[in-house]
Amino acid sequence: MNKSKPIYLDYASTTPVDDRVAEMMLEYMTFKNNFGNAASRSHAFGWQADEAVELARSHVANLVNCDPREIVWTSGATEADNLAIKGIANFYKTKGKHIVTSKIEHKAVLDPCRQLERHGFDVTYLEPNEGGVITPEAIKDAIREDTILVSIMHINNELGTINDIASIGQLTRDNGIFFHVDAAQSTGKVNIDLSTLKVDLMSFSAHKTYGPKGVGALFVRRKPRVRIEAQIHGGGHERGMRSGTLATHQIVGMGEAFRLAKEEMKNDSKKVSEFHEYFLDEVKKIDEIYINGDLQNKVPNILNISFNFIEGESLIMGLKDIAVSSGSACTSASLEPSYVLRALGRKDELAHSSIRFSFGRFTTKEDVENTLELLSNVVDRLRELSPLWEMHLDGIDLDTVEWQAH
Amino acid sequence: MAYSKKVVDKFENTLKNPEKFNVGRFDPQDGDVGTGMVGAPACGDVMKLQIKCKQEGNKHIIEDVKFKTYGCGSAIASSAELVEMLIGKTLDEAKEIKNKDLVEVLELPPIKIHCSVLAEDSIRQAIEDYESKQ
Repeated sequence: MNKSKPIYLDYASTTPVDDRVAEMMLEYMTFKNNFGNAASRSHAFGWQADEAVELARSHVANLVNCDPREIVWTSGATEADNLAIKGIANFYKTKGKHIVTSKIEHKAVLDPCRQLERHGFDVTYLEPNEGGVITPEAIKDAIREDTILVSIMHINNELGTINDIASIGQLTRDNGIFFHVDAAQSTGKVNIDLSTLKVDLMSFSAHKTYGPKGVGALFVRRKPRVRIEAQIHGGGHERGMRSGTLATHQIVGMGEAFRLAKEEMKNDSKKVSEFHEYFLDEVKKIDEIYINGDLQNKVPNILNISFNFIEGESLIMGLKDIAVSSGSACTSASLEPSYVLRALGRKDELAHSSIRFSFGRFTTKEDVENTLELLSNVVDRLRELSPLWEMHLDGIDLDTVEWQAH
Repeated sequence: MAYSKKVVDKFENTLKNPEKFNVGRFDPQDGDVGTGMVGAPACGDVMKLQIKCKQEGNKHIIEDVKFKTYGCGSAIASSAELVEMLIGKTLDEAKEIKNKDLVEVLELPPIKIHCSVLAEDSIRQAIEDYESKQ
């Protein structure tokens, strides 16, 4: 094992930029290359930048099978989510003030919804089923006469569970409701075909798909036409939906990353599926573990596991040569355990003991083997230290104990 | 994680060498043993502290201590640190140990102060349990 660099198994939080992407980005910054402003119509510097931006736009559109004119560049998926949700709400507020979303959305969706509630909108937050999935039935029961928007993520970032956006889209379309999908975790992992999906707005991120941080995009459907109120004003770029000089090098990076994603999707998926299967087989040899999220309905690159009777942060500290994330309260600033795991109905202690492993393009078999070896060792040691494990071995049901909570 | 080197070292050493760092259990029924257990699994930390005492004259001296902790890295480090502070002390001296002593020694970040409070409570409980048996 390379001692100087930990093993990276946190691809769901961010991915490294692919070397091929980084090389291309370097061509759009300095004087000796192309540094123009894509909005400069009067000289070749501008034209070249514009050409690069439009080529990148077509790569993004090509991955998800939409018209390039339906792609709006943003600073990332968070901005795309904000633009979609606030943009629809503010444009169509005279039509209705009800929005449907779920409790397992990313904060980039939940926080704009909370903000809209402060401005008089009414938001329904749906519970997932036990497997961590938002069902079309749940949406159907929640929509009302005055519902203007449904915002549901495609793939959950903590669990890797997949929502049926095809069925949900059909339902919203039939009811004349706009449908926004946060697809930050999807690109390059699963096929997305916007020519058949009844999705009106979709958010993308570059840095989850081997592109750079700081750039993303929002798909805004043209047919049937979807209109949004701009959130950033100042020059009317991106058809007035998002002003600001385009970050050419970032956009070129996202375009190339998405072009590669289309090429590499099969290889990437095959590899991570093998790792997923192997990891799962091995990790099941450890006693008292719980897989979070429906295994039959998830992507293989994310694996979320609770190690009962061990607190997640201590497990992460024990696994210091491995970069993973935890649903433990102690790793979050809010001191609350993962709201996603709680929404699944997991007991708080299982939420505290959860670890998310996520694999990616540069993960090796050796990484997975070393992780498993270290993991089983650290789990044993931490359980030896755990009074809860001791009680469990003594046959005490922890639910019957009267705890002195602080 | 904004942990001091002291927390990280204490945690890692405890994990590597649990016996040396007093991880374990005494028989809670033993008349010389006092047990304290505080916290709750739902909150993410539970500390179990056991003291074994001997009487010298009218003083009770903590001869040995064992602990087990479920919790974050600083909760485990706080327990291990506390145990070292306790061995050889009289009960009266042990009662004087405050959570801020642990905060100082381990340089705990503000968000982790509750770990030291939990540790202080666990001694108090263990002493009460021991005293109730005398």
